[in-house]
Amino acid sequence: MSSQGPAFARRSDSGADSSTDLIIETRNLGKIYRTGKVSVEALRGVNLSVKAGEFVSIVGPSGSGKSTLFHIIGGLTPPTSGSVRVGSFDLASLNDSGRTNMRAQAVSFVFQKFNLLPNLTARENIDLARYFGKNQQSEDSAEFAAILEKLGIANRLSHLPSELSGGEQQRVAIARALVNRPAILLADEPTGNLDSVNSDAVLEILRDLNDRTGQTILMITHNPEAAAYGHRIVQMRDGAIVETLRDSAS
Amino acid sequence: MIATIVRSNVSHRPVRTLLSTLLIGIAVTLILTLVGVSRGITEDNTSRNTGVGADIIVTAPNSSLLSFSGTAIPDKVPAKLASLPHVAVATGTVNSASLFDGVTGIDVPTFTAMSGGFVFESGHIFEQPDDIILDTYAAQQMKKRVGDKVNMLQKEWNVVGIFEPGKLAHAIAGMAVMQKLIGGTGNVSRVYIKADDPANIDTVVTELKAALPNYGITRMSDYTTLVNPNQIGPLRIFIRVVIGIAVIIGFAVTSLSMYMAILQRTREIGILKSLGGSRTFVMQLILAEAVILGVGGTVVGILLSFMTRWLLHTFVPASMPQAITPDWWWKAGLIALAGAMLGAIYPGFIAVRQDPIEALAYE
Repeated sequence: MSSQGPAFARRSDSGADSSTDLIIETRNLGKIYRTGKVSVEALRGVNLSVKAGEFVSIVGPSGSGKSTLFHIIGGLTPPTSGSVRVGSFDLASLNDSGRTNMRAQAVSFVFQKFNLLPNLTARENIDLARYFGKNQQSEDSAEFAAILEKLGIANRLSHLPSELSGGEQQRVAIARALVNRPAILLADEPTGNLDSVNSDAVLEILRDLNDRTGQTILMITHNPEAAAYGHRIVQMRDGAIVETLRDSAS
Repeated sequence: MIATIVRSNVSHRPVRTLLSTLLIGIAVTLILTLVGVSRGITEDNTSRNTGVGADIIVTAPNSSLLSFSGTAIPDKVPAKLASLPHVAVATGTVNSASLFDGVTGIDVPTFTAMSGGFVFESGHIFEQPDDIILDTYAAQQMKKRVGDKVNMLQKEWNVVGIFEPGKLAHAIAGMAVMQKLIGGTGNVSRVYIKADDPANIDTVVTELKAALPNYGITRMSDYTTLVNPNQIGPLRIFIRVVIGIAVIIGFAVTSLSMYMAILQRTREIGILKSLGGSRTFVMQLILAEAVILGVGGTVVGILLSFMTRWLLHTFVPASMPQAITPDWWWKAGLIALAGAMLGAIYPGFIAVRQDPIEALAYE
């Protein structure tokens, strides 16, 4: 893993500079998981603002609530309290169907375990996201073809995931996440299952995407070096944001 | 896209697919075999009765065409009927049998005059009271040849002839010995009439109705219609019960198969949902796969029904003739599909309700 990420300065707030161009905004976000008679408060009044085009890293120990925040922003689970706005979607008011629609159109995921459908080829996995996003483009556009080239998987699309290396699988997952030009790319430990060479490659790809296309990226990671690729590092602990480190150059 | 995913799921888990298809196919085979046997038995019976060469069948008062045993017609009746105008031949038979098996007693001269006689593969017509002749199916099933002993109706018979099937019964003996054996001395079970000209059949029927007011008078041309599984109450109920069992089997097999598939694919369902796959999409996937299994099972079931026919024809050709029933293929297919779809609904419901986060965490 290289350590070429930018230097960071401490900030006292947990959000962006202004409300203009905000693509993610959470206010007093709370989430309580109930299992039988046991309740676990996973999020406690989280306020987070992310501007369009930002690359934000969320770090924190296990159980700090970062995955829960990620799942709520991604529309995989509803919040218990507070408000969440992602693009034009007010998630607190959406039902399951509405969140499904939001996931198909506005948000894409890149997971630690790649999460490609094992029985579909790389191309079919990408086409599946295209199908859910109601993307009428049946063939790869020049722009997407360039992304495939950049990801280095243009000639690997006819292979099943089991025929690809971990790095290749993650790059297919990134291509799948980008095919519908989502407003937000949510990456959950995208390098967690990769060796250092592939980790660097994936992080470089994410950073390059953000630089060149302005793709908003929210990335969860345990790894400080990976987190340093973001413009901002949001530190979570015990279900709350405790600190924000900002790239001094941004 | 649904087709792509279903095709890949089916082809990438060939053992599960083949087992599910086979089990649904067995349910289809169950239906087709039992319907085929029901039809085969009645068709065989009809064929053997029409093989007698008669134009009309006379049955005793209050007796059904489907009543194959009992002797309630005086054995003088055939001779009297033979003397009616336009009646060429009349011959009585004594049936000990059920629908499925048994021995029939005949009067050789009149039966031969009507049917043209038996074509023997070996041996000859019976000559002694203990003699019996078997058709080739019965001989094959009982593994008997001319000169062997055979025990039927609690009597030991000498097999004296093996004849080509298609005439009246699988096992035939003399009328007198049969009357004595079943306690029907002086009576016959039914009378077969042949008109002197097919154009005179209606005239003969009218004569018979006048001469035998309470008797059953049936044209042979109507016999096929009257003797079929749908007209036979117990068979009809039997077929419905079998179909019910087949639906339950199809339902259970598909349900179990799809439930297992959904357990195996919990993570995949989570992936689909995380990508924006709706509940409807997931349910469509499950149902589409159930349809594939149902259609595959139908094809397998149809093919297996040919195998059961071969097995029955090889081992019990006289007792269990099985007809191939193409008109039931689509019905059995629909039943299998209905069972498969019903079976897929509950697992499908579980799948669509799965929490995507829990599903994605599933190992």
